[in-house]
Amino acid sequence: MSAEDFLSGVELISPTEFAKQKVQAVQDYILLSAQALANLFRHPLYIADILQQADLIGVGSLSITVLAGTFTGAVLAMNSASTLQRFGSLSLIAQLVSVGMVRQLGPVITGLMVAGRNASGMASELGSMVVTEQIDAMRALGTDPVKKLVTPRIVSTTVMLFFLTILSDLFGLLGGSAVATLLLGLDFRQYWTDAWQILAFADVFTGLIQPVFYGFVIASIGCYYGMATSGGTQGVGRSTTQAVVASSVLILAVDAFLTRALTLLLGFR
Amino acid sequence: MSLSSQMFPSQARMQPPSDAIVFENVELIFEHKPVLDGISFRLPHGETKAIFGAAGAGKSTILKLALGLLKPDSGRIFVLGEDITEMTEDRLFELRSRVGIVFQESALFDSLNVRENVAFRLVEEGKTPAEQIDHSVREALSFVELENTIDMLPSELSGGMRRRVAIARAIITKPEVLLYDSPTGGLDPITSTNIIELLVKQRDVYKTSSLLVTHRLQDAFVMATHCFDRVGGHMKKLPPGSKAEVPMSFLILREGKVIFDGDAHELAHTQDEYIKKYLS
Repeated sequence: MSAEDFLSGVELISPTEFAKQKVQAVQDYILLSAQALANLFRHPLYIADILQQADLIGVGSLSITVLAGTFTGAVLAMNSASTLQRFGSLSLIAQLVSVGMVRQLGPVITGLMVAGRNASGMASELGSMVVTEQIDAMRALGTDPVKKLVTPRIVSTTVMLFFLTILSDLFGLLGGSAVATLLLGLDFRQYWTDAWQILAFADVFTGLIQPVFYGFVIASIGCYYGMATSGGTQGVGRSTTQAVVASSVLILAVDAFLTRALTLLLGFR
Repeated sequence: MSLSSQMFPSQARMQPPSDAIVFENVELIFEHKPVLDGISFRLPHGETKAIFGAAGAGKSTILKLALGLLKPDSGRIFVLGEDITEMTEDRLFELRSRVGIVFQESALFDSLNVRENVAFRLVEEGKTPAEQIDHSVREALSFVELENTIDMLPSELSGGMRRRVAIARAIITKPEVLLYDSPTGGLDPITSTNIIELLVKQRDVYKTSSLLVTHRLQDAFVMATHCFDRVGGHMKKLPPGSKAEVPMSFLILREGKVIFDGDAHELAHTQDEYIKKYLS
């Protein structure tokens, strides 16, 4: 196939039009998010849908969260051990795993795992509803799809990610303790005493404020790409991929800004 | 003189009370391409208007505009006496309780069973007691002869059954206007006839105004030549010469423009070459 043949099938778009589309997408995302949040203060609240989504998102993500947390803690302990041994400070491993998991790795790893599982699920479910006209049918039947579908998903993800992060932190510490005691021969009780005592308010606060933001990012991005789906089943696949990529990147971006903001706010180094 | 100026010589903004739906010089553009170009027509109360046209002519778009799911770029749309052109979504939700729609692929909610699908609007409104909802669901399903599917999921139903459940969902609140988007598309002739019989029953028994988008000329002609026999409980053919008694009209679109708007007699005697070719 010649370059000419290849280019004849490619739709070229002017930079201005491209920029307009991107700005429009950001505007639509902000509007959807704002509308979803405003719906929290409007009747009805769809409690049953919130609980159903909490079960799907929270309980459904339990296994991947536990596994990801455990292995992250174990790997963190193993990698730290070689470095700490050089300085004769292997006993600090509990503190390192504890602070590392609770302040940063627990929330981020859990956020990324839940994003991979649920942002894609939301985008594909809502996208399928769009292309099969179920969203139009819902509007035609007098129900606001943002209130019925988007708001419950945002609330559930935000709340459940908070608890999943706590579990992930706990299992990360367990994974670290398994490595510390079984491979490195450290005392089990000493490990847990050190892990507990090193944690300050700032560490716990930093670790538990993050999932609130990440939960919002995951659900709002997943729902946005789902609701913006066009182009049939191919469009559903495209939305699903974009939702996972965008939510994962946004989690890391929010992490960077949040860490800086919390450092300034709480004053720790 | 344009069709619009013929229909609306005074450019009045009030809809005549006898009309269920009025489109007044409606234009809609998607991605710089006109989908509807100056569409004007009236649907009087109690009448069924069949909308024909080639694929992409804008037939389904007209239904979405009539329900406020899409907004026109210009022109005005009146539904049941109200100007919906710039109506807010909250006000449209209220108006939509008086308008039912059957989507092209039924658009039943996959995760809900037949009972929950049909009851959806009543449950969401939250004004009707559970017992009354159950009664209304059974009544609507009885109308489409699908009472035995009440606890089934949409995935367990055939294409024809899904269309009939969609009709039950659309009529549960006894709407004043019904919009059908290709209700017989992709169905076998027997199932299609059953669906058309339901539409004729709805038109003749409940006197509901409706817009029927269809690719099948046969469906619209059956509706124009049959009426519902309440005593016999089935559709029957009208004797020759009595077609004018049936409240049925036809609208034909071509490239986003109305090229015909009239009854079966006028359609049969049209001199337009494109329409003759289309009908043949």
